[in-house]
Amino acid sequence: MTALTLQLRASFAFVERNFNLIKRYWAWEMVWLIYSTAESLSVSFIGLGMGAISGNGAAAPQVNTGYLVLYLLIGTLVWRFLSMIFYWITDLINIERWEGTIEYTLMAPVRRLTHMAGQTVFAVVYSLFFTGIILTVTTLVFKIDLSRANIPGGVAMILSGSISFIGIGIMASSLPLLFPERGAQMTNVFIALLMLVSGVYYPVSVLPGFLRQLAVYSPATYVLEGVRLAMLENVPTHELWGFMRPVLLIGVFLVPAGLWVFAQAERYAKRTGKLHRNG
Amino acid sequence: MDAVIVNDLYKQFGKRGETLVSRLWKRASSNGKNGNGSAQGNGARPVVIAVDHVSFSVQKGEIFGVLGPNGGGKSTLIRLISTLMLPDAGHITVLGYDVVRQPMKVQERINRVSVEASFFKKLSPMENLLYGARLYGLNAGDARRQVVEILTRLGLEKRSIYSPMEEMSRGMQQKVAIARALLSRPELLLLDEPTTGLDPRSKREVQAVVREMREQYGTTIILTTHDMNEADTLCDRIAIMNSGKIIALDTPAGLKAMVSPQDGRPPTLEDVFLELTGEKLVKPEEEEP
Repeated sequence: MTALTLQLRASFAFVERNFNLIKRYWAWEMVWLIYSTAESLSVSFIGLGMGAISGNGAAAPQVNTGYLVLYLLIGTLVWRFLSMIFYWITDLINIERWEGTIEYTLMAPVRRLTHMAGQTVFAVVYSLFFTGIILTVTTLVFKIDLSRANIPGGVAMILSGSISFIGIGIMASSLPLLFPERGAQMTNVFIALLMLVSGVYYPVSVLPGFLRQLAVYSPATYVLEGVRLAMLENVPTHELWGFMRPVLLIGVFLVPAGLWVFAQAERYAKRTGKLHRNG
Repeated sequence: MDAVIVNDLYKQFGKRGETLVSRLWKRASSNGKNGNGSAQGNGARPVVIAVDHVSFSVQKGEIFGVLGPNGGGKSTLIRLISTLMLPDAGHITVLGYDVVRQPMKVQERINRVSVEASFFKKLSPMENLLYGARLYGLNAGDARRQVVEILTRLGLEKRSIYSPMEEMSRGMQQKVAIARALLSRPELLLLDEPTTGLDPRSKREVQAVVREMREQYGTTIILTTHDMNEADTLCDRIAIMNSGKIIALDTPAGLKAMVSPQDGRPPTLEDVFLELTGEKLVKPEEEEP
């Protein structure tokens, strides 16, 4: 049996294990799905209510509510997809710390790249499925007309962006290795800061200067802008290259950098005996 | 031929385990003075020497016991051999491979059962073991067959194999942990107090599996325990470990020959430990009911 076959089997172990976990925790999955759908709907309803809450009386004719609803909906769905990938990858260590299985997984003859690949494949498939359900529900509720949207372009944009979120996730997943008790909470700081500066529900131009400067470094900024151009303005895919290129470059840098950071964290945990402590 | 060679192994926790921030803080607050000071002083974590310049070798097919009290360094030694910790000094070779420089080669050949049967509690034994089997490159069909075969041999009912682990007793969970280790057919099996907390019957069943592993597959086994009888009946040789040091290493009979008969009865390993350290191996509060 080749080393590649062994590593492929090992990689699938993480996909299958996570699938079994969500199957066993199905009630929590349902709760999370309902919560996420309700949140996406709530944010998008702000678009419909803009006339009433703008301070200009009952109607604000200058507001294109259909456009605004889709703008907000894209923000909430893209963010849901990217943050879900991030959380599943950071759960690489969180889950194992929680269950106390971390030593068994880390002493198995599995390359960390294989480990990450399995978790990433699951993260992307799960996030696509989960976000797909929310998209279906919200499209039905708001009767959104996507006939003039460049859907393939939007999908290509979001998939390009997911690579850099994989890198950020791998980097953040080293926190629970370094800090057994608080590492899991620390990963939330990453995602909260990215949400603030990336223009999830507003254009980054409304941000104060220093936050606007940080937005340049967030891959989500380019993903959101690119997806909005594709879906709202029907911009052709080749014209989205200007947004895909930076996120791909950030991804190409962040994935190996994340693996390197993780390897250092694993080495530190093995040196200081932090591996066997459960958070 | 030696399966495991441990040479001058040293591992300590505390000072070297400090965070970069706390080290910088201490350096700043010591105002540039030289000297690391007392490890116990100025808020520093005390240094704990877990493994103190330990050397020994284990032959292929041997059942090698490490006997010692809680906190004596047994589990740290197992973690160092199983690539889960890095030594501060010294070397460990497993089946010819260095655990620090060739961890993957070592990992392919070993498995471990620890005192805590750690599993994904909502998953069934089948799901947990299938996950473990895939990590070691086994194909799913073979693994499924072997899981059923091993677990039924260990006395698990078939329906338990598909029920969540959280519904099982600790003894049953420990049997599943042993099955997980057996699935990968390791050349070296590290058993870290595998029978602690088990009822006498489960203990005997686990011990029978350990013997069978050696007899059928020639597996080398390192077993840590503070159960004297277990060490006496299972092990070919026993190292007695206390405060991170190996204070005696011999066959059970050889160790017992170190002390004279006690009140007319032949000496036990407990007597040996008492003679060598002046302490009881299992303190009254640690004794199992």
